[in-house]
Amino acid sequence: MKYHFKLLLSAGVLATSLGIQGAHAAKTSMTIALQLEPPHLDPTSAAAGAIDSVLYSNVFEGLTRFASDGAVIPGLAKSWEISEDGTEYIFHLNSAVTFHDGSTMDANDVKFSLDRARAEDSTNAQKALFSGIKNVEVLASDKVKVTLASPNGSFLFNMAWGDAVIVAPETIDDIKTNPVGTGAFKFSNWVQGDKIELLRNEEYWGKPAHLETATFKFISDPSAAFSAMMAQDIDAFAGFPAPENLAQFESDSRFQVLVGNTEGETILSTNNKMPPLDNVKVRKAIAHAIDRQAIIDGAMFGYGTPIGTHFAPHHPDYVDLKANSNYDPELAKKLLSEAGFSEGFTTTLKLPPPSYARRGGEIIASQLRAVGIETEISNLEWAQWLEEVFRGKDYGLTIVSHTEPMDIGIYARPEYYFQYDSSEFQAVIKALNAESNPQKRSDLLRKAQRIISDDYVNGYLFELAFPTVANAKIMGLWENAPTQATDLTDVKWAD
Amino acid sequence: MIKYFFRRLFTFVLSLALASIVIFSLVEIAPGDPASFMLGINAQPDTIAALRSELGLDQPKINRYFDWIGGMLTGDFGISYTYRTNVTEMVGDRLWVSLPLALYALFLSTVIAIPTGIYAAAKRGKTGDFAVISATQLGIAIPNFWFAIILVGIFAIKLQWFSAGGFSGWKDGLFNGITSLTLPAIALALPQAAILSRVMRSALIETLGEDYIRTARAKGLSSAQTIWTHALRNALIPVLTIIGLQFSFLLAGAIIIEQVFYLPGLGRLVFQAITQRDLIVVESVVMLLVFAVILVNFIVDITYMLVDPRLRQDSI
Repeated sequence: MKYHFKLLLSAGVLATSLGIQGAHAAKTSMTIALQLEPPHLDPTSAAAGAIDSVLYSNVFEGLTRFASDGAVIPGLAKSWEISEDGTEYIFHLNSAVTFHDGSTMDANDVKFSLDRARAEDSTNAQKALFSGIKNVEVLASDKVKVTLASPNGSFLFNMAWGDAVIVAPETIDDIKTNPVGTGAFKFSNWVQGDKIELLRNEEYWGKPAHLETATFKFISDPSAAFSAMMAQDIDAFAGFPAPENLAQFESDSRFQVLVGNTEGETILSTNNKMPPLDNVKVRKAIAHAIDRQAIIDGAMFGYGTPIGTHFAPHHPDYVDLKANSNYDPELAKKLLSEAGFSEGFTTTLKLPPPSYARRGGEIIASQLRAVGIETEISNLEWAQWLEEVFRGKDYGLTIVSHTEPMDIGIYARPEYYFQYDSSEFQAVIKALNAESNPQKRSDLLRKAQRIISDDYVNGYLFELAFPTVANAKIMGLWENAPTQATDLTDVKWAD
Repeated sequence: MIKYFFRRLFTFVLSLALASIVIFSLVEIAPGDPASFMLGINAQPDTIAALRSELGLDQPKINRYFDWIGGMLTGDFGISYTYRTNVTEMVGDRLWVSLPLALYALFLSTVIAIPTGIYAAAKRGKTGDFAVISATQLGIAIPNFWFAIILVGIFAIKLQWFSAGGFSGWKDGLFNGITSLTLPAIALALPQAAILSRVMRSALIETLGEDYIRTARAKGLSSAQTIWTHALRNALIPVLTIIGLQFSFLLAGAIIIEQVFYLPGLGRLVFQAITQRDLIVVESVVMLLVFAVILVNFIVDITYMLVDPRLRQDSI
């Protein structure tokens, strides 16, 4: 705010001294708030979405990248050729790409980055993305060949993740505190606990950014987020944490509210091996006992799209299977008595910290109680949840949003925390991974969605919404969140 | 006297050693693994094992305990698991926010509490006293975070006199720094002032009932003169004790206020470190706070000895 004032003042003085009337340059700095601060600044060695929220596309780029609608488009690789059998990819790199330290980005950096991610001692949180790579070979300084062990239809998609960005061997040691990438912004400064500042990269190989400086602020408390926005201390808040306040911003002409979609399927995860939840009739009863809209309204203040399977509704291959588990408490009771639980039963409901889980959990508990299922609710911190529920599999039910894009493949892993073991489903995913024909892939994806919906693996609740509150004069912000990113490369102030 | 000093010193060192064992065990027993937390739900077991070994978490607990203690003795608190920077530096940076905030709040609380406490004691049983008692009752009852939200609503959103939070560091000038800490300091100070004011009032009333006060009045001093020259100095002793206690509370207890005003202070650091299972940061910061409290106590014990001649005899 004060900076804004100073800037206006100096612009004003300049205009007056030059004798220009009414000249008004657009502002070139912006302060964007996020709820979570990155633990460190290496997107290739942590799962924290906050790292990508600051750095993806702004500072670091990969061979391919996600566009705001989720499409995979060329990044550092301007084009590629795929061999007939689908196991060899030849990437042609953009020329004249330099890292922020001035060194050239070439095929050796690509090889280094991919080899590092798949190495034995790699600490890449998404190492599975690289597991199919057999060999990476430098053909020329702007040409690199990646050989896969078997065809993988998602390979280009995998390379667009923030975990697959290209880094340089010279700067890797300090990457956690001083990230050096190829993006339109350079990392400038990090005041831990407070803010990260980025500066425009004047030597950027692509279209230069409009903003000269961008500051990310970290405000975790929802009421503080509201105050900071209202007091206009910040210009935008990506992933605004208080859905209850969105209506107020919508009715205020100083602000704009964008509610975009995400890749976050929020589900009532069910332990498929824990009796009586191992009985498909019981899981079906739970699915019919849940009123999705009541949860969206009660826990998310109406923001969220109901889903009937583990798939993002905005995706072209999405199948609407909500009718498979429509709200029907009478049917739920009938199914329970058929399964031999006419008196109901008791199970655990373990809730991680986000409000969708804590608020949603209370609502689900009361909906389940209405059909005779009692739940023992316990609130866990994330670290506890990971240990007890995710790794220990010591739970009956839990609520969590799976935010990784296109992650239906997790159902093919019988050791995964919901312990769903279906050879039919596993065969579909295996076929999908080997398939590169778009039509056949699409058919397989639809089949996969139907199988898990028919098996009532989990209770499918809603797709998380991504609300952004911003100053009304800001243009070019991403509305949707196809991956965790706050892409500022095309953001500017209206004149 | 020497014996007394060494006994206190021994207690000081023993308390620190015990505290370090308790802190280390509690933090280690708490469920949750920092490596799993950092790598999230898609990580493969071998990746987690690789990170655990990189962080040194695969070492036996006893080795890690002695590494930690050994490091601390030389001023090296280790490297944060999540931030990957030196804990000593991190704590140092955060202290530049938390320490001035605590001092500022303490200053405000003292400046408000002492005059109101004296005023109430002087007017005891009258309307003025009643007003102070009611106000302090309210001050104690209102939680400081709620008060903080109200302050932000009025002074940041409505009047726009202050920003709603954040602290950009002392580099932007002393005035800017103080301005950004003003609302948080008021929010922290008022409940403390309410308590302190009550302590001041009752201590002064008690002193005013002493024989030497009656003597002072009998020799012809006015009520005000008696309070200023005789009663106040004696009544300040319990007040100072409370101020000392409040300081450690303000330094360690500002976690919620730091969240509400998103200040990069020690409280917020500990809060984040606990959620992320950044064990080494939690252990070190808690140990540092314990050290500060024990050190203050030690100094107070030694001061007692200097003040109270009876303690200087070696028989005690």
